[in-house]
Amino acid sequence: MTTSKPVRNLPPHPMDSLLRTERIPHIWCPGCGIGTVFGAVLAAIKNTGWDPNSIAMVSGIGCTGRMAGYIRLDSFHTTHGRALPFATGLKLARPQTKVIVVSGDGDLFAIGGNHFIHAARRNMDMTVICVNNLNYGMTGGQQAPGTPLGAKTTTSVNGSPEEPFNFSYLASACGATYVARWTAMQVRSLRSSISEALEKRGFSFVEVITPCPSSFGRRNRMGSALEMLKFYQGRSVIRGDIDPKEASMDIDKEIVVGKFVDIERPTFMDHYEKFNRSQMPQWRSMHPDTQKGR
Amino acid sequence: MGAKEVLTGMHFMNGDEACCEGALAVGCRFFAGYPITPATEIAESMSRRLPQVGGIFIQMEDEIASMAAILGASWGGVKSMTSTSGPGFSLMMENIGLGICTETPCVVCNVQRGGPSTGLPTLVAQGDMMQARWGSHGHYEIIALCPASPQEMFDMTIRAFNLSETYRLPVLIMADEVIGHMNERVIIPREDEIEIISRRKPTVSREDYLPYEADADGIAPMANCGDGYRIHVTGLTHDDRGYPAMDAKGQERMVARLVNKIRNNRDKIIRTKNLYLDDAEVVVVSYGISARSAMQAVRNARNEGIKAGLIKLETIWPFPEELIRSVAPRVKAMMMAEINGGQMVLELERCAGGACPVSLLSNYGGAILHPGLILNAIAKAARGTT
Repeated sequence: MTTSKPVRNLPPHPMDSLLRTERIPHIWCPGCGIGTVFGAVLAAIKNTGWDPNSIAMVSGIGCTGRMAGYIRLDSFHTTHGRALPFATGLKLARPQTKVIVVSGDGDLFAIGGNHFIHAARRNMDMTVICVNNLNYGMTGGQQAPGTPLGAKTTTSVNGSPEEPFNFSYLASACGATYVARWTAMQVRSLRSSISEALEKRGFSFVEVITPCPSSFGRRNRMGSALEMLKFYQGRSVIRGDIDPKEASMDIDKEIVVGKFVDIERPTFMDHYEKFNRSQMPQWRSMHPDTQKGR
Repeated sequence: MGAKEVLTGMHFMNGDEACCEGALAVGCRFFAGYPITPATEIAESMSRRLPQVGGIFIQMEDEIASMAAILGASWGGVKSMTSTSGPGFSLMMENIGLGICTETPCVVCNVQRGGPSTGLPTLVAQGDMMQARWGSHGHYEIIALCPASPQEMFDMTIRAFNLSETYRLPVLIMADEVIGHMNERVIIPREDEIEIISRRKPTVSREDYLPYEADADGIAPMANCGDGYRIHVTGLTHDDRGYPAMDAKGQERMVARLVNKIRNNRDKIIRTKNLYLDDAEVVVVSYGISARSAMQAVRNARNEGIKAGLIKLETIWPFPEELIRSVAPRVKAMMMAEINGGQMVLELERCAGGACPVSLLSNYGGAILHPGLILNAIAKAARGTT
């Protein structure tokens, strides 16, 4: 079998300035929803007008974790589940950097579940994008914390015996200041939610239900990627500003999408500064803006 | 900078507090940790002291998160550390590996207690020495230091940061419960007497910068997050650009460099303190609190006319292979004094290479080694009746 070299004489893409174009083509499967989310993230970043040198992306392990490898920002592809604590250290060391964490449902809520709970509780000032493809894609489609009850995966061949998490409800219960959920079909809403999340002070969270046709879709006879997208869209019910408890995430009945939380709450750094102000005459020296010559 | 950053003067403090003061003196401004006996006093001291110097203390949800956070802070350009004991050290292994692979400067202090598992939370042991060397998966080199007093906790914490910034890796301070909790005199020098080394920064443009392209000494200049270089950092095997290079060739190239940057600089890294070594017939090798028992035993032996000597290991990893090789053929016996079932003695045996008998003086933890035990062994070896 021969593999053709990527065509590099294409006209420039509007997002090229934010892409490590030398790393394209990417590793994601045809029909995968991560590309849609990635595109929305890039568009939202561009929309902010921020200096790209003041934005960092941190990811964990898995298909979504690879996003950090394609974006032309300071980007960190860390260990499985540990993107949030890594991002916590990064943010506290460089408070003026906007930190975006991207990862899958398995990374953020199974192996990294405890870190998620505590990062949200502390209200760490960062934006977390969760690509929920309902299974572990990178390892070939195993049961994940987003896998629907009864769904077939390689580690639940007769149907998953576990009820899934409702990630958006969990995020709001833990103290997130911004929570929204969309499917990968609702691209404009998704893009505008990511923009809002980026602008939000505090722990902002956007969940995206995406098709994984190669693994989840295939084992659950959901058809092509387009059919999966249409299926998720068909199940979607837009209900903004409702109690996140009511934001059901059940692919057999109803996928409630919309913005569920948008509140103000002091961040970890707000509290840290407040309680330690009397102790820290040199506080400003931590901010690299005034750190020159340090 | 205010006087509070370096508490110049003579103090009476425990090893854990001395560790904190050493870290602040060398410029550590970020600490993430989790409470654990007998290292808690380091975190407590840090939580009190860091705000005074404009730094950040955060208590994380566990030691996995603590280790991840100090890596993140280091990439943010701030010198960072954590401290723990055995159970937490086990949890940190995952991200110590990430620190090795991504070449992230930071410091981890392990105040050792008895294990396995929860073991002896309040009592001494030196059972994590091999874990320090091999605890994270894969093949790598590590730097680990062993303080034997609160003063050395101060001095070696400074050295640990300087080594980590020079060689770009997590440097381990392998202390123990007695050193951590023992109160002794600690002299903190003047600020201008403290050597501070910071990571080498790139001097080339963003277009020309390859984040993992090493200089002649094997060390790559490090751009921090926000410096404008838009680096990519991954725990996957990577090439000079920092991009995944997942094949045998990429692995060979990356791991060889990670290993060689330490191996080729062994002479600069390894430090021992040798006592009466020149004419010694029986040599005790030891480290940490055990080295103090050993020193007493060696002095007592000399008083009894026995030609005993001591090699006190200040860097435990890399192991002073060449020194042991040179000493072993000219002595009657060597012995390792340590509080575990026999860990560093394996290295001693390996390096002695059969040139002299090697024995172990130890217990499994819970109590320090009595100098009398070591003295008896020295006397027997000197008589040739091991």
